[in-house]
Amino acid sequence: MSKPLIELQNVSFQYEHTNVLHNISFKVEEGDFLAILGPNGSGKSTLLKLILGIVKPITGEVKLFGESSNHFFHREWIGYVSQKSNAFNSAFPATVEEVVKSGLTKKIGLFKRYPKNAKDLVMEALKSVGMEEYSTRNIGQLSGGQQQRVFIARALIAEPKLLILDEPTVGIDHENVQSFYDMLARLNEEQRKTIILVTHDVDTVSNRISHVACLNQTIHFHGYKKDFDSISNEQLNDWYGHSVRKIH
Amino acid sequence: MIEAILNYQFLQNAFLSGLIIGIIAPLLGVFIVVRRMSLIADALSHVTLAGIAGSLFLSQSITSLALLNPIYLGIVASVGGSILIERLRSLYKHYEELAIPIIMSAGIGLSAIFISLASGFSTDLMSYLFGSVSAVSRSDLFVVLIIALVVIVFLFLFFKEMFVLSFDEEYAKATGLPSKWIHLLFMIVVALVIAASMRIVGILLVSSLITLPVATAMRVSKGFKQTILYSILFGETAVIIGLISAFYLDLAPGGTIVVTSIMLLIVVITIKKFMVNMKVERG
Repeated sequence: MSKPLIELQNVSFQYEHTNVLHNISFKVEEGDFLAILGPNGSGKSTLLKLILGIVKPITGEVKLFGESSNHFFHREWIGYVSQKSNAFNSAFPATVEEVVKSGLTKKIGLFKRYPKNAKDLVMEALKSVGMEEYSTRNIGQLSGGQQQRVFIARALIAEPKLLILDEPTVGIDHENVQSFYDMLARLNEEQRKTIILVTHDVDTVSNRISHVACLNQTIHFHGYKKDFDSISNEQLNDWYGHSVRKIH
Repeated sequence: MIEAILNYQFLQNAFLSGLIIGIIAPLLGVFIVVRRMSLIADALSHVTLAGIAGSLFLSQSITSLALLNPIYLGIVASVGGSILIERLRSLYKHYEELAIPIIMSAGIGLSAIFISLASGFSTDLMSYLFGSVSAVSRSDLFVVLIIALVVIVFLFLFFKEMFVLSFDEEYAKATGLPSKWIHLLFMIVVALVIAASMRIVGILLVSSLITLPVATAMRVSKGFKQTILYSILFGETAVIIGLISAFYLDLAPGGTIVVTSIMLLIVVITIKKFMVNMKVERG
């Protein structure tokens, strides 16, 4: 059995005196398609920051690709797609091609220029998210769902082994959410990408994912999707402290 | 005009400096505008004024400093101001824009004191406020050239990082780019460009040469590289028309360059609107 891509062992984290995450342990194996479910304030973003190495755990250890996160220097193996609503300025004057190409920045490294075949790489990445026809459009002209696909292409162009998506379906029309998950499933099956996606919405968890983790300060459940399906709504309410409903 | 430029060194200095600034100010301006930092450029130009006024005062009161080019203290003040703005921005995390009025008023306050100490407005000071065709010296041109070189080296080394940082700061941090350092370097380069530009357009109008061509370019450009290209094109056009009219009409070039920029902006907005209307009627 190969090494898990991500392994957290008894990880705890707190901001000043508030406990944000408590005693978290779980593994993500190669080829997993994991959804981390948690309400607002459950520590989802902090968990992602721990995995990305932006913050360090107070206790416990985060291992990436078998290495302690302190000694892990291949950040380009991890593709990150943030919440659409964050930071990004929708009136930014850049074409889809320019945005996707910028995903190579970390991989190429400082002081070096884009490779000659960058355009081919851009088109290939856009093709795998079904957006190859939009390469010359300005990013601000696209719909929320299309922009999110472009951002996934920006992550894919650096050929990451693992994709991490932070609430990717926020701001996407309901009809497009399913096709968005279909696209992620294709990346997972055909390109063998390991995917972790974080969401606060139990409803959006699709049948395409392989694993589910329920987070609220600590991990209440981590296992196969089919086992998650047998968890009762009452149990979920208990973990999340408010009414939760699953739709099958 | 061309004959005059060939004959007079002061015109050569002004035109060469103007042409260089017409490239570097809008070039950096694109990054400043898309990162929504236009007001920071304004604050820094007022800090530069404090350096210039301080230098003019020193050269009056200390004879050994009489020949000191004020641009040097201007550069020191501008770069110092840019670092202070960054410190203040991290101090007031939730009120980042507060750094701008703090630094701006400090700059104007200090300038007022130095100007009164140096016994009021001189023609020299006026040329720093609104630019001048005749006052650009060889050593000014030399400083402008060096600063242009710094800008080009900076963007050559960090263009792709600056793009990522400008487009999506959170993503830049998440992918592990040294965004803090690159941002600080960027601020210093901005401060240098402001100090370089003030000789031609004047301190009070520096930020307009940084932002107006970009505002015009963004109406018609597609993509980032095209925005840069058009911004430089509009910047250069404004500098050339502005300097020539300033020379013939005996006006401050800061005024003519900025008014040309505004006219270009109005023309582009009008043409764009006209074309959109045509499309709607046809479609």
